[in-house]
Amino acid sequence: MRDFSYLRADSVEAARNAAALPGAMLLAGGTTLVDLAKCGVAEPSTVIDVSHIEGLNAIDVNSDRAIIGALAKMSHVADHAAVKSQFPAVSEALWQAASAQLRNMATIGGNLMQRTRCPYFRDPANFPACNKRAPGSGCSAIGGITRGHAVLGTSEACIATYPGDLAIALVAFDAEVDLGERRLKIEDFFLAPGATAEQEHDIRPGEIITAIEIPGSAAARRSTYLKVRDRQSYEFAAASAAIGLELEADGRTIRDIRVALGGVATKPWRARSVEDALKGKALDEASVRKASELAMEGAVDHGANHYKIALAPRVIARAILKLGETA
Amino acid sequence: MTVHDMKHAASDSARLEAVGGRLSRVDGPAKITGKAHYAFEQQLEGLTHAVLVSATIAAGKVIGIDTRAAETAPGVLAVLTPDTIMVLKGASDWLGNPPAQPTYNPLAREVTFSGQHIAAVVAETFEQAVAAAALVKVSYDETPAIVDLSDGTDGIPIEAMTKEWGNAEAAFAAAPVRVCAAYNTPREFQAAMEPHGLIARWQGDELTIWEPSQWVDGMARTYAEWFGVPFENVRLVSPYIGGGFGSKALALAHSAVAAAAAKMLGRPVKLVLNRPQNFTSYGGRAATRQTVAIGADKAGRIQSIVHRGVNETAVDGMWVEPLGSVTAIMYATPNFSSKQNVVRVNTVVPGAKRAPGENPSAFGIECAIDELAYELGIDPLEMRLINYAEQDPQVKKPWSTRQLREAFAAGAEAFGWAKRSPAPHSMRDGRQLVGWGVAAGTYPVRRAYGEAMVKILADGSVEVESSSIDMGQGTYTILAQTAAETLGVPVEQVTVKLGDSLLARAGVTGGSRLAGVMTGAVYKAASQALDELVGLALSDPRSPFHGLQANTLAVKDGRIASPRGEGPELSIAELMGMLGRERIEAKGDTVPAGFTPEQRYNNYTTIAMALPHTEGDYSRHSWCAHFVEVRVDEDFGTVRVSRVVSALDSGRLYNPKLAESQWKGGIIMGIGQALLEEGIVDRRHGRIVNGNFADYMLPTNADIPDIQTISVGIPDPHSSALGGKGVGELGIVGVAPAIANAVFHATGKRVRDLPITLEKLI
Repeated sequence: MRDFSYLRADSVEAARNAAALPGAMLLAGGTTLVDLAKCGVAEPSTVIDVSHIEGLNAIDVNSDRAIIGALAKMSHVADHAAVKSQFPAVSEALWQAASAQLRNMATIGGNLMQRTRCPYFRDPANFPACNKRAPGSGCSAIGGITRGHAVLGTSEACIATYPGDLAIALVAFDAEVDLGERRLKIEDFFLAPGATAEQEHDIRPGEIITAIEIPGSAAARRSTYLKVRDRQSYEFAAASAAIGLELEADGRTIRDIRVALGGVATKPWRARSVEDALKGKALDEASVRKASELAMEGAVDHGANHYKIALAPRVIARAILKLGETA
Repeated sequence: MTVHDMKHAASDSARLEAVGGRLSRVDGPAKITGKAHYAFEQQLEGLTHAVLVSATIAAGKVIGIDTRAAETAPGVLAVLTPDTIMVLKGASDWLGNPPAQPTYNPLAREVTFSGQHIAAVVAETFEQAVAAAALVKVSYDETPAIVDLSDGTDGIPIEAMTKEWGNAEAAFAAAPVRVCAAYNTPREFQAAMEPHGLIARWQGDELTIWEPSQWVDGMARTYAEWFGVPFENVRLVSPYIGGGFGSKALALAHSAVAAAAAKMLGRPVKLVLNRPQNFTSYGGRAATRQTVAIGADKAGRIQSIVHRGVNETAVDGMWVEPLGSVTAIMYATPNFSSKQNVVRVNTVVPGAKRAPGENPSAFGIECAIDELAYELGIDPLEMRLINYAEQDPQVKKPWSTRQLREAFAAGAEAFGWAKRSPAPHSMRDGRQLVGWGVAAGTYPVRRAYGEAMVKILADGSVEVESSSIDMGQGTYTILAQTAAETLGVPVEQVTVKLGDSLLARAGVTGGSRLAGVMTGAVYKAASQALDELVGLALSDPRSPFHGLQANTLAVKDGRIASPRGEGPELSIAELMGMLGRERIEAKGDTVPAGFTPEQRYNNYTTIAMALPHTEGDYSRHSWCAHFVEVRVDEDFGTVRVSRVVSALDSGRLYNPKLAESQWKGGIIMGIGQALLEEGIVDRRHGRIVNGNFADYMLPTNADIPDIQTISVGIPDPHSSALGGKGVGELGIVGVAPAIANAVFHATGKRVRDLPITLEKLI
């Protein structure tokens, strides 16, 4: 049997100490860790159960910001009245993620640590080469089945798509991750693969996520998350967009806009070029569609995922247009 | 065995119990409360656990298996390889053909597909076996693989599949209006929620197998032949099945490994395939390619159909998916030609998935006739009526019953087809393009002979026994209804026991034949038991009916009396008490008189004795028409089915509630087939990369709209004893082409390759 030690941490301090041990992995909702352990990807020598630490599941929202404890359940945050009113895109992203059963178990901190669904990453027995799993071993996905793989932020080492929904909304609204000693902008917390595909997050041994903080804004209050996927539920995005919109008093000139993309990049992807092209412009369908194309600058496809380059700008545009209609 | 609480099921209303009543599933409460124990949930003393090691290449030779680390791992009892597993005898196939080879080794030295079983580890616990299996190191000499149909040649002609009349090619060439297109369906999987697996236990030379099974007698025969023991020495137990869809009718390589391991170790062995292994250890629906050419006159009357089909099969096994089955019978045509090839690829042998043959066949012909309708500017529904086949065009016999015209009419009325806007890309709702499509479906009536035991017990209760099975379609329920109605007892007094090869024998549960076969057998056995009860009541001096001037007695609501009311009225229990009988039992069957014991054995353990659907004077089929509305996002290409109305002719329904449930299940599976399902093979490795329930897309509840089903069937005395035709396979046939046709109507784009995913429409 593959033995591992099980430690139950009763405090953040204890969890940090234990997390510094070599081969240690945190267990919160377990929806990713247990799954990856079953398919032979995760082989922790120590499992630190943080799910019993008190005080880490609070959801505190006012018009200035939301602070969400790392152990808050996805379903609780999704259904939180103030999150829905102040940060609709966050709630919508969570509702459209995973399944009801998973959302009831999975935590916000764990959600940020979710791993890719790349089928080659998940099957070590049949596909030994994976730079994310075994640095330097190569990438089995390149040249293989790539329909779900990324077109933005890829490298020769890895083209795996970041799978989550929540972080797309967090990136759009400049959320920060609280790691105790350090606080990181969420955009910097996630790492593109480059030559080090195994490093997905800027998190160091002994650090744990305790909370995320999302600044409030007019754009966050008027926001949405649009997820396009093969089936209507329990499915990862073919392309998704988190959009926030603030209009001038004239009701048609864009004062502030936030655009972030999911399902198409190796990390949660902020599309500032689209934002810059639209700020100060009138919101009309033609210019929105034209500006949305800018999100795909530098996109590289691997055959079967080519459609994402056409799809993603349409998802952005439709989400912006939808927000424009709900003035 | 869980005793089902019939009171709950019968509480809806008094007449539910009769055949044709809407009795709820009698096994439902046991299933939803967890009291139903599935086959490999049995708790056995000394149970050990086996885990398979599977090939990571698609073609080549195993040149070495290093088992040393696994053998010394904690808890390991045995590591079996092709060299160390006991050699089994070859077994006959499901047609009863004798084995091609005298011996059988379920572990492979020659690899012909990725996922093939190479070795197995048996340990005290499941976790120990999993860990040790990961320590087995297999080395290979890999050779190039043929991964799919596009790699092969034209393949091997299957002459038996050729159907021809008239001069099809010449008539097509001469026809004033012609359409010709190629239609492809991918490899699809049954994807039952309950995985395959079993527990095997030997006691001396007697073998007990707990295994989900669509055919306990057929599988028991295979085990008996593998191990060279008499058929009677094998008991196969399958009380419930968590979905089969065609995949659970045969004993497979992993079954043989578990039974051999149990024999070698002298301990019971449990082996359950993990989810990825459920995509590589037995065959799903073969990938298919069809070309359909239709020539017609300008009024839309078909002059000729030329059809060519290809399906994939395995390097070391043959599967023919009959692609011309619907093509040949759906429409009247004076000229017809259908031929089929198979191409060998490196895959596990494909197998039966719901409506094998008819399902992909209908996708070809039902899309092609839609294309012809648009070519001519004729309404697709009218097109089908213009070419309505008044008799079986292939065998030139009348239909036993064919309520397809009625299905078109009822479906069109309920759907509102008359309000359709004819031009493609002409209906929308905001940014959603709306499309309506229609397609027909059919499935042959497969008939066989059946047997059942009916027991009337001293307390007046009734037991029905059969080795047939219930995989959710409702066997427990309809056999209780049949016995209750035949005997005149309340349905809650009837207990049905199924899924055990010790019980009265039954053939395969597949091809939608079981309900027709088994209601006939139970009717016969129950009638015999009732005759014996009445006979005793009239003739036994202890009976209060003795000496009564009556030829018979009537039983109603469990009470027995003379038809004209003279004499007493007693409960069956009271009568049994007076007669001093513990039980009256009758084994009834529908097997022809004069069948030898060997013919009877073959009837239950092979499919060779089944009656052709065109036997005698009639051609027997069930029929359906599906009307579908889709919404296609104009930007995203996502297709969602927003409405389904299906009208179906399954003859007489033994239980409409259960029939509707099966039809809807088939329609849902058809929605998945049309829009989502595809086994995706990495061409470099010949391996399925989406072999799990997150990546192999099946519809969720959110993908399924309200589905309206309408029964248009009438009792068909030529198809079964009680007038029913097939139900379970029918619902899926025609759904995928109806959706593809609706997508064309919505978008003007004709997608001929399933599934219809968004990138094909943007």
